[in-house]
Amino acid sequence: MPSLKALRTRINSVKSTQKITSAMKMVAASKLRRAQAQAEASRPYAERMERMLGALAASVAGSPAAPKLLVGTGREQIHLLIAVTADRGLAGAFNASIGRATRTLTRRLEAEGKTVKLLAVGRKGRDFLNRELSSRMIGDVSYAGKRRIAFTDAEDLALRVTAMIEAGEVDVVTLVYNQFRSVMSQIVTEQQLVPAPIPEGAGAADALDGATYDFEPDEETILSRLLPQNLAIQLYRALLESSAGFFASQMTAMDSATRNAGDMIKRLTLNYNRARQANITRELIEIISGAEAL
Amino acid sequence: MPVALEIVSPEKLLLSRPVDMVVIPASEGDMGVLEGHTPMIVMLRGGPIDIYTGEQISERLFVAGGFAEITQERCTVLANEAIPVAQLSRAEGQRRLAEAEAAYAAADTSDPTIEDTLLDRIQSARAMTEVAEG
Repeated sequence: MPSLKALRTRINSVKSTQKITSAMKMVAASKLRRAQAQAEASRPYAERMERMLGALAASVAGSPAAPKLLVGTGREQIHLLIAVTADRGLAGAFNASIGRATRTLTRRLEAEGKTVKLLAVGRKGRDFLNRELSSRMIGDVSYAGKRRIAFTDAEDLALRVTAMIEAGEVDVVTLVYNQFRSVMSQIVTEQQLVPAPIPEGAGAADALDGATYDFEPDEETILSRLLPQNLAIQLYRALLESSAGFFASQMTAMDSATRNAGDMIKRLTLNYNRARQANITRELIEIISGAEAL
Repeated sequence: MPVALEIVSPEKLLLSRPVDMVVIPASEGDMGVLEGHTPMIVMLRGGPIDIYTGEQISERLFVAGGFAEITQERCTVLANEAIPVAQLSRAEGQRRLAEAEAAYAAADTSDPTIEDTLLDRIQSARAMTEVAEG
């Protein structure tokens, strides 16, 4: 049986841990709201971009001059995986599941004889991949210390990817990130960015009752500008989803940590009271038997 | 007979309302959009978007480039940024111009795509300075 003093110290330390976890939970909850709002605000642009891209792609598809970002380099040999994680931990399995998914995908691609290159976004992912798959790493990006992710951050990343595609360094680009489904569930998603998946239905023609768009300047020029922009917005969307997912995951993790700490405090307090009462009883017995002996 | 005008940036929906007419800075010259315009997808250069109520310009916004989708009943502008002209500053325009020119001088201009992008940046910064001056 631990001494009363030892129990008291433990109760106090668990209590302060609980204070920290519950504060972190509150902070994560408020950051989550902000991140979610930001993710929602980016949606209109992405939707309209998709509509335009659909209209354009439909009219360029099949032409030999189609840009590489749309149709790829024509090979499937070198895969670039972009793993999006957070910069911080204490968020349950959030970062680990991305790491694991990336590792599985890398192993699978390599088993098929492909070459894999890795780009890590976020400190946690970088650390994990450096440990496990360091020979495939070609770089990392971190947004640590930024209050919010700006579109220009995604643009820079998109420029880097575009340069690699144009130089023929990579053939296929896949993004691995946590999709924000709800506060309770973030789903690890693998999304192919290049060659760009053509939006379903390329529905512009329906919206116009069969009429087609005129382009100014020509389709190819517009497309050569629109595609990098589309890549940037896709990356931006993934970064925002991932950041909302991170806070959701952190909130859930901290919530259960707070609850566990509560349970522990209850158990320790019970032990403490038992020990205290046992002490009192023992002292009483000592006094009574002392008095009887006289 | 209004046109449903939408101006969207990646970070938010900036404006969405019916307007009488809008003039957008298309890459090959300004374009007035009224209801029933033929469907088009155009690239934008840096310049002002003029929103007309009746015969008058009721609002002016500066866009630094982007794309626009025009159909019979709507006009959607995808811009990286759109700033109300009243909030533009000449100093900011000049700072950007200097930056863009420095980037152009430093860059490898043998690649036509890079050259085009940088030239567009310079044009957009120039337009910003001009619009700011009124």
